[in-house]
Amino acid sequence: MDALLPNVNWPEIWQATLDTLSMLGGSLVFTLIFGLPLGVLLFLTGPRQMFEQKVLYQATSLLVNIFRSVPFVILLIVMIPFTVIVAGTSLGVAGAIPPLVVGATPFFARLVETALREVDRGIIEATQAAGATPRQIVVNALLPEALPGIIAAITVTAITLVSYTAMSGLIGGGGLGDLAVRYGYQRYQPDVMVVTVVLLLVLVQVLQSVGDRLVVHFSRK
Amino acid sequence: MIDFKQVHKAYRVGGRSVPALHPTDLHIAQGEVFGIVGHSGAGKSTLMRLVNRLEEPSGGSIVIDGEDVTKLDAKGLRRFRRQVGMIFQHFNLLSSKTVANNVALPLKLAGELSRAQIDQRVAELLVRVGLSEHADKYPAQLSGGQKQRVGIARALSTNPKVLLCDEATSALDPQTTASVLQLLTQINRELNLTILLITHEMDVIRRACDRVAVMDAGVIVELGPVTDVFLHPQHPTTKRFVREDEQVDENDQRNDFAHVEGRIVRLTFNGDSTYTPLLGSVARETGVDYSILAGRIDRIKDTPYGQLTLALTGGDVEAAMHCFTLADVHMEVLR
Repeated sequence: MDALLPNVNWPEIWQATLDTLSMLGGSLVFTLIFGLPLGVLLFLTGPRQMFEQKVLYQATSLLVNIFRSVPFVILLIVMIPFTVIVAGTSLGVAGAIPPLVVGATPFFARLVETALREVDRGIIEATQAAGATPRQIVVNALLPEALPGIIAAITVTAITLVSYTAMSGLIGGGGLGDLAVRYGYQRYQPDVMVVTVVLLLVLVQVLQSVGDRLVVHFSRK
Repeated sequence: MIDFKQVHKAYRVGGRSVPALHPTDLHIAQGEVFGIVGHSGAGKSTLMRLVNRLEEPSGGSIVIDGEDVTKLDAKGLRRFRRQVGMIFQHFNLLSSKTVANNVALPLKLAGELSRAQIDQRVAELLVRVGLSEHADKYPAQLSGGQKQRVGIARALSTNPKVLLCDEATSALDPQTTASVLQLLTQINRELNLTILLITHEMDVIRRACDRVAVMDAGVIVELGPVTDVFLHPQHPTTKRFVREDEQVDENDQRNDFAHVEGRIVRLTFNGDSTYTPLLGSVARETGVDYSILAGRIDRIKDTPYGQLTLALTGGDVEAAMHCFTLADVHMEVLR
């Protein structure tokens, strides 16, 4: 093993794995907290929806598109002053989470909006006809009906976050991607690169299959 | 029960106002099954959806049980909607909830009953629609007819005064349609519930309704008891619907009858007269021979009726026709 992978420092790999997982977990939680309401807002104020609000929808939509079009590497750097205020530091795992959340939230919100649009309008209408408040329609009909789609959106977002964490090495975020760049690429140690990439692949595979299973579990159609 | 006064509705399409319903007056009595028939785009769906304000009227008033629906605020409207059940062509059940939870939903939304009370009410409703053993299934596991029964149970859960049926049988096969209509008429009788149903199938009207309105291009063109409208349609649209239902093409019929000798009349028997031995006795008295060219003996909801097209030859044809006019039947002379 050591002959095959001369440069691999296993404790370091382990630490990087933990860093990746905590960046992923921390940023995913906040992305869901901010992204889900934003997605619901986009859906409800969208064209021909319950609370159609042209100006609000277009403003929110533009904001979302701006954040989605800024390359994540740029976002990382531009956000440094803001990150310091929010996380107390712009370095390490804590410093990586705010940019990750800001990068992924608009993406996730769009996926939520799309998942909600898949819900049959007739179901909203039937719930309305039963005397539901708008809030009840969202909580009792829209979200449960869109749950499989939302789980799929969470899966895609989590995997996107994994690839974003690789870039956080730029601001000293740590993690597997950072290791791959610093050792594998910059120091010409292909064995480290291979090990980290394989670990990232395993992580992505696990996320995707858990997500797929949950989607099947919650699909009643 | 339901009173439409000069109700109209127009949609704005690209800055233009397109009328969907012209100013309409309509009265629907407590406990009747009232049908509205029309082709798609005739305005029947709009008219129904104004009742529980899924569509906002452009003007006029809709008074239901003494309450002007058009004047309700958001909160009042939600309370009012619980008194109006609605079932849909595509059932619109929540696929993520079990049958029992679908039926329980309006009660949960209302938030007036305890969990135990809701469970009990749901159990009663599922017995009524015959789905007790399917309580824990999901809608995707049910047939179309069963899904509509769940829809009916859900619509009845809050003890509504009115049930709206929006093309409720249009996605079902004929046999299932018949059983769903039977359930609806049974509910109408047992709960004395007012039912407003819209359909594009005259057969649904014939089986279930007491009165019918025929709509065309946003206007009610004919209105009356189903037996009258069915047996003696006046407006061209109504005639077309009745012919479609009977699957009779008048041109074909005219061609077929061209070779038949004698006078041709159409007799319509309605109610008790359906079972009187009229033809035989008239033939004996006047010496005419009759051949039956076309005929149908059926029921309109609970009323039996017969419609026979006869060719009369020999004997005293004029006297025979006079006898028919005196008897309790309606006669039309076709030739």
